[in-house]
Amino acid sequence: MTTSFLFLATLFLGAAVIIVPLFQRLGLGSVLGYLVAGVAIAPVLRWLGADAVQISHIAEFGVVMMLFLVGLELEPKKLWRLRVPIIGIGGAQVLVTAAAMWGLGQVFGLDWRMALALGLALALSSTAIVLQTLNEKGQMATPAGQNSFSVLLFQDIAVIPILAVLPFLAHPGGFGLAGGEGHSGSSGAGHDAGGHDASGHGAGGHGGEEAIFDLTQNLSAWGQAGVSIGVIIAIIFGGRYAIRPLFRVIARTHIRELFTAVALLIVVGIAFLMGAIGLSAALGTFIAGVVLADSEYRHELESDIEPFKGLLLGLFFITVGAQINFNTLFGEPLVIFGLLAGLVVLKAVIIFGLATVARLDLSSRFTMALLLAQGGEFAFVLFGFMIAEDVLPRELTDRFTLVVALSMLLTPMLVIFNERVLQPASQSRSNPSADDVYDEGNPVIVAGFGRMGTIIIRMLQGLGVSATVLDHDPDQIDLMRRFGHRAFYGDASRLELLESAGAGSARVLIVAIDNSDKTLEIVELARRHFPHLRIVARARERRDAMTLLKAGADEVVRETFEGAVQMSQRALEFLGTRPFAARQAAQRFETYDIALMRDWARMEEQGIGEKERIERVRQATEDLANLLVEDQKSGQGGRPEGWQGSGNADER
Amino acid sequence: MPPKALILFAHPDEDGSSAGASLLNRIEGEPDIEVRRLYDLYPDFNVDVGVEQAAWEAADVIVLQHPFYWYSSPALLKEYLDVVLEHNWAYGTEGKALAGKSLLTVTTAASQEENYRPDGYNKFPVETLLLPFEATANLCSMTYEKPVVVYDADRIEPEALKAAGEGYVQTLRHLLARRTGGEGAAQ
Repeated sequence: MTTSFLFLATLFLGAAVIIVPLFQRLGLGSVLGYLVAGVAIAPVLRWLGADAVQISHIAEFGVVMMLFLVGLELEPKKLWRLRVPIIGIGGAQVLVTAAAMWGLGQVFGLDWRMALALGLALALSSTAIVLQTLNEKGQMATPAGQNSFSVLLFQDIAVIPILAVLPFLAHPGGFGLAGGEGHSGSSGAGHDAGGHDASGHGAGGHGGEEAIFDLTQNLSAWGQAGVSIGVIIAIIFGGRYAIRPLFRVIARTHIRELFTAVALLIVVGIAFLMGAIGLSAALGTFIAGVVLADSEYRHELESDIEPFKGLLLGLFFITVGAQINFNTLFGEPLVIFGLLAGLVVLKAVIIFGLATVARLDLSSRFTMALLLAQGGEFAFVLFGFMIAEDVLPRELTDRFTLVVALSMLLTPMLVIFNERVLQPASQSRSNPSADDVYDEGNPVIVAGFGRMGTIIIRMLQGLGVSATVLDHDPDQIDLMRRFGHRAFYGDASRLELLESAGAGSARVLIVAIDNSDKTLEIVELARRHFPHLRIVARARERRDAMTLLKAGADEVVRETFEGAVQMSQRALEFLGTRPFAARQAAQRFETYDIALMRDWARMEEQGIGEKERIERVRQATEDLANLLVEDQKSGQGGRPEGWQGSGNADER
Repeated sequence: MPPKALILFAHPDEDGSSAGASLLNRIEGEPDIEVRRLYDLYPDFNVDVGVEQAAWEAADVIVLQHPFYWYSSPALLKEYLDVVLEHNWAYGTEGKALAGKSLLTVTTAASQEENYRPDGYNKFPVETLLLPFEATANLCSMTYEKPVVVYDADRIEPEALKAAGEGYVQTLRHLLARRTGGEGAAQ
């Protein structure tokens, strides 16, 4: 058992590690890499007798986590701003697509109930693929990204009523043996996952299958609605008033993994709770995410959940790839490809049309249409449910499961087509401004909220520059929040935290923490992963400053330097130097000293020996001393002697 | 209240200057005269507009004393006028704060007077080169007084410098007295 588990894990991880970087390198995106990895290991899985469907239900938990993360990005007021696209484009997309397929299905001779059920299942797109792609391309904040997200969110919510409606679409008289098989076969697989309660949309829905039935037996529809609303309100209040104090306690223990444990507890616990009352686990964690979106622990939560989400989503994509049944495909290739083309074209055209109505520019319309044209993981869940409920016969769902999986496989290729062919063509006609794209993110990230960080923030805020602040001391953050500053808990030397703090879209990173090793770590990390960021780093002293410059900091400020220069300037004034002359001497000293430091760093980089470096620095220091003394003597701070003065004006 | 004079002294190198500092020393300590050394007050060029406007309001004669650098004043005096003479305070429909006050320029030029003639290498007289200050006074509804110019400032003989200092005091006394007289005549 353990051996086979370890072998499976090795197989999945190995396939991912080999294929995904390759695809990433070729610019094809990680999603396609995972899907292809799944296709590649499918024969081995079959040989082992492992059930890809069952694994995929576990992996769907990645989708739940992703929705939690999406929620964390969305503060309530931002969500409120999205209400129009969610209900407008999202609602229209589901209704129009389902209606179109309903009509088409009847044209092809399907019973109206079966056609409607198929339409509802196929109208849904793949949250996992679309959001992963948007995140990977950094397009989440673009108009296309926001509208795609709105559509997906509506679909997530729509699953609940769809599950409720499906039983009424049951084929009168059922599908005989096929239906019975469905019950013990496919639904059995789903059931297992349902047993882990809420392992994903699927499981959320599936757990819901039982729960809905339990509740309809025990409670009236009103009672059921009451319970659901009660649980959602509990999540909102719990998130607001219980989780934050809990985090504060955990953060003070300074045990990192405890924090991760709490983060996982929140997601898993809420998924369980939602599953138990028959609501979508993804919806529940999404709400919890929104509630926690303006908490100081948001970025830390993001960086804790992110790796789990990534791995599980990867696993999920692999299982989708592995589920592609090439026997069915080769058995009736024309039918399958026909259905695939029909599905993708129909969905893309409808979304393109809706995006046009919503007055999006051409480039956004193309992006949305191709991004949302696939069938989603919901479809797998709904198909299982439909077999169980005698809504659709097994041979039909088998065929459409394959079509949906293929459409998911096709999506990354459509995205590439969009990027390389459609976008360049539409760019010339529409020009989205950079401000629209990034208006959500703060332009500045400040790491470290101590003595320096607070001054920096006070100045920037005073000038109306908004900054995201990170610090690892919960008490400090608490204090600053009480003063009305926006600060987040976390260790800025972790890539995930920088990422979730918006390093991808911010323009400046200020590293103001009081720990030179950590500062260096952050500067190196940020330079490597965010080449566009301008980095201003705090250095303890000269040696430190040079190291930071070499590590890629754009500007280095020595924490004691300016202060020391100012003190000597004041001293000069007390010695009788005029304030302006003292000021100029100080500026001159500063300029020379900084140039010297940069020279030193450059010489080190060029591999000039230490002996020569020291000689050059000594020479430069001497020059500086001479210069300053001369300035002092002439009392001029380096100004050419009185204009047209010194007796020989006539010769000038 | 007797009329007052405000001396705005703008010299980036007072200690290295002979003529300008000497003139200032002669005038400093005289009654009803306030001296403000701009380069000492604002070495960072960060002029305190409120304080300076109050000083202008309290004075009847405002003197801009500076060395003649590149046919104009040193940089800080320009910055000073740029930020202190605000719209609707110094000029504009509401800007009456300076109306009727006198503006006097006292400048020390390193070169000789003959060089500031049409045939000299500086080509233009100092009075012409000071036109921007005259225009400033005009816009602020101030009376622009005839500038006091000390030539050959770096080589000037001590007696001549002394005489120039006395002339400076006389000019100021005359301007202040004229204002007292003016007020008396009005009554």
